Amino acid sequence: MKKIDKERLLLGIAAPVLAIVVAFLVTALVLAATGKEPFSAFGIMFDYGLKSDSQVYILNKATTYYLAGLAVAVGFRMNLFNIGVDGQYRLAAFFAAAVGGALTLPGALQIPLIILTAMIVGAMWAGIAGVLKVTRGVSEVVATIMLNAIATAVIGYLLQQGRLGHLDEAGTKISTKPLPESAHFFEFPTTPTPVWGFIVVAAVAGVLYWFTLSRTRFGFDLRTVGQSGSAAEASGVDVKKMVVTSMVISGAVAGLVGMPTLLNDSYEYSGDFPVGIGFTGIAIALLGRNHPVGIALGALLWGFLERGTGKLEFEGYDKEIVGVIQGVIVLCVVIAYEVVRRYGLKRQQSKVGAELAAQAATRADDQAARTNDQQEVSA
Amino acid sequence: MSATATSTPPAAAPKVSGGKGGRTRFSLPVVLLIVAGALLALSAVRAVTGAQDVTSAGQISAALAMAVPIGLAGLGGLWAERAGVVNIGLEGMMILGTFFGAWAGWQTSPWLGVLAGVVGGMLGGLLHAVATVTFGVDHIISGIAINILALGFTTYFAKLWFNSGEAAAKGGSPKQSPPADDITSVTIPGLSDWLHSVEKHHWFFVSDLAGVLGGLVTKVSLLTILAVVLFALTFFVLWKTSFGLRLRSCGENPVAAESLGVNVYTYKYIAVIVSGGLAGLGGAFLSLVTSHIYNEGQTGGRGYIGLAAMIFGNWRPGGLAMGAGLFGFADALQLRNGGESVHALLLLLVVVLAVLAAWKLYRKSFVQGVVSAVVAAAVLVWYLATDSVPTEFVSATPYIVTLLVLSLSAQRLRMPKADGMRYRKGQGK
Repeated sequence: MKKIDKERLLLGIAAPVLAIVVAFLVTALVLAATGKEPFSAFGIMFDYGLKSDSQVYILNKATTYYLAGLAVAVGFRMNLFNIGVDGQYRLAAFFAAAVGGALTLPGALQIPLIILTAMIVGAMWAGIAGVLKVTRGVSEVVATIMLNAIATAVIGYLLQQGRLGHLDEAGTKISTKPLPESAHFFEFPTTPTPVWGFIVVAAVAGVLYWFTLSRTRFGFDLRTVGQSGSAAEASGVDVKKMVVTSMVISGAVAGLVGMPTLLNDSYEYSGDFPVGIGFTGIAIALLGRNHPVGIALGALLWGFLERGTGKLEFEGYDKEIVGVIQGVIVLCVVIAYEVVRRYGLKRQQSKVGAELAAQAATRADDQAARTNDQQEVSA
Repeated sequence: MSATATSTPPAAAPKVSGGKGGRTRFSLPVVLLIVAGALLALSAVRAVTGAQDVTSAGQISAALAMAVPIGLAGLGGLWAERAGVVNIGLEGMMILGTFFGAWAGWQTSPWLGVLAGVVGGMLGGLLHAVATVTFGVDHIISGIAINILALGFTTYFAKLWFNSGEAAAKGGSPKQSPPADDITSVTIPGLSDWLHSVEKHHWFFVSDLAGVLGGLVTKVSLLTILAVVLFALTFFVLWKTSFGLRLRSCGENPVAAESLGVNVYTYKYIAVIVSGGLAGLGGAFLSLVTSHIYNEGQTGGRGYIGLAAMIFGNWRPGGLAMGAGLFGFADALQLRNGGESVHALLLLLVVVLAVLAAWKLYRKSFVQGVVSAVVAAAVLVWYLATDSVPTEFVSATPYIVTLLVLSLSAQRLRMPKADGMRYRKGQGK
């Protein structure tokens, strides 16, 4: 266990806190500039956001966001930008919902089967980008963005009656066939609304993420590739294989993103299945600095902001302000981290420099003392 | 200063052209040959399948209108990346362009709207420059942050500004602005009609040529012409002036540029702000020419496609224009009889894949050859078994084309050497 550097920890926490403070300042300015009173808005947000039903809402939202953040972070740790989590989780949730709706098995079989389907579909979709990157040299950024749009088209094509779509009884809404009762995931019986049981899976995923990255050979290789591809190559890591593998893992985790909603809430995939969570995941991974605990805090913050601003709509404000707050937080946080990183490097350099200077000084003293001795001996 | 400027070109020249060695350059005759070949292939497809819309004037003019925003975004990417800054925030800057363009456009004149769109995009560019150049944030991360921020800001202000008072009375809503006036379109009088009459005969090649030319001279927005001028201007400024040489040197080797007295930070700032302005112009084109209103989600990822077009074009304006044209054509397919046209183009794909397979087998790379042949056969079966391509796949065509084209061409491309890298003043000491 390495010693915890207190100052370093402080710096690490200072960056996001600073970013959040700046974001609230900017938001206050925006609100004030548009003729709205900012501080009562924040008051409303905090009051409402901390109520018990809000806490449940935030936990449930954060479950989804946490998984999205993890999926993105796996790629980020090796400098691989998986912008395609968005398409991966939607495609995965869609196929998982279709498979789940078509079968009726005991829950102990049905639920793992659905989750496995989602992970495999997500992994395959992300794998396309990984393979294109290592075999054809296509940037994963562009490839995953294109795959997002293609996923939308594939879902649009298959989610129709006569294909995998299913018209509800009112004949207005098209979705996949609803999951049978046996496929419903367990819930914690909290009041007034239950907390989704999938939060347990998310927590396990977080622990696995931490363990894999910081306690296994694979995780070490992955981080090495992220810091220097050529250094990793030189030490015998197959970089191409690592790219494909981490893309596949990232996609498999992305496959989980839609699962809390599917297994705990909607039980079907339809047009109103949440979209854009992949991009939220990017923001949260940046905010949490790819650290499992940081990502969790980021996910909770995002859930809180959405809950709090939702209430604003009823108090004469516009809930869309959440986009401004979140956007400013993300931009400030990436800048703050970079400033802190550079400050830390400088600090380290000066510290090492000071130590070396001290060593050199003592050595010089020793030498001086030794020459003195020799002189005495010769004399 | 002037002494260093005059002595730089010969030193840099062999490096730029000698990147990978033996690559064919896109000279003018080569480009013309490619265009002619593409046109010949398209007219063959039209003649064989009877999908008349493939080369109709309407299709081409729609393709041109779709290509302009993609091309402008790509041009923005070109400026930034030539100076070594990857700009994935183009999408966000485009969103700012659509929003400010429509905001100023409906209240005043559309030309002021264009200006506002450009300024909006430049603000986005400035933010990106502050984050990446001054603070040294990873370019892709900063770009994503700007996309998120731009979306958040415009969503909030659209609700505030387009859903109240006069704006709401004129048709605004939280997700939509009131309509702005037209920007003048020009048609070349006699020529357009004559080309149209030639096109109607459906002669092989001649009518196709007339259709293409007709599309290029009928109802062309002044903003489209401005975009074409900007392409030429970009080429001139970046490749024929000492300013451009210095800017590109910042993207190739900033430390060397610095040692010659170039203020790399300034050049990067200029490049990224211009980049934002061009993306903003592309956005303003979408909201003022394509639809006359701001619409939430209007850009639909065109900033990213612009970036892909630029990569396809090997970080050169000519190649970028071809890429934008290709994506614009694919984008326009969904507007007009897309199912039938894309279905017809499948046949072209079969031929291309078959040729590729034969070539690969001849070169004894059997795996690739067999894969190409199998895919060609599958597409042929698909072509023969159906009459039309479902609309969802038509809308996915530009993205699939992007992926296919990039996976075929990405390895021959050479991006600016220091593209996307962090640069700190004095790091080379």
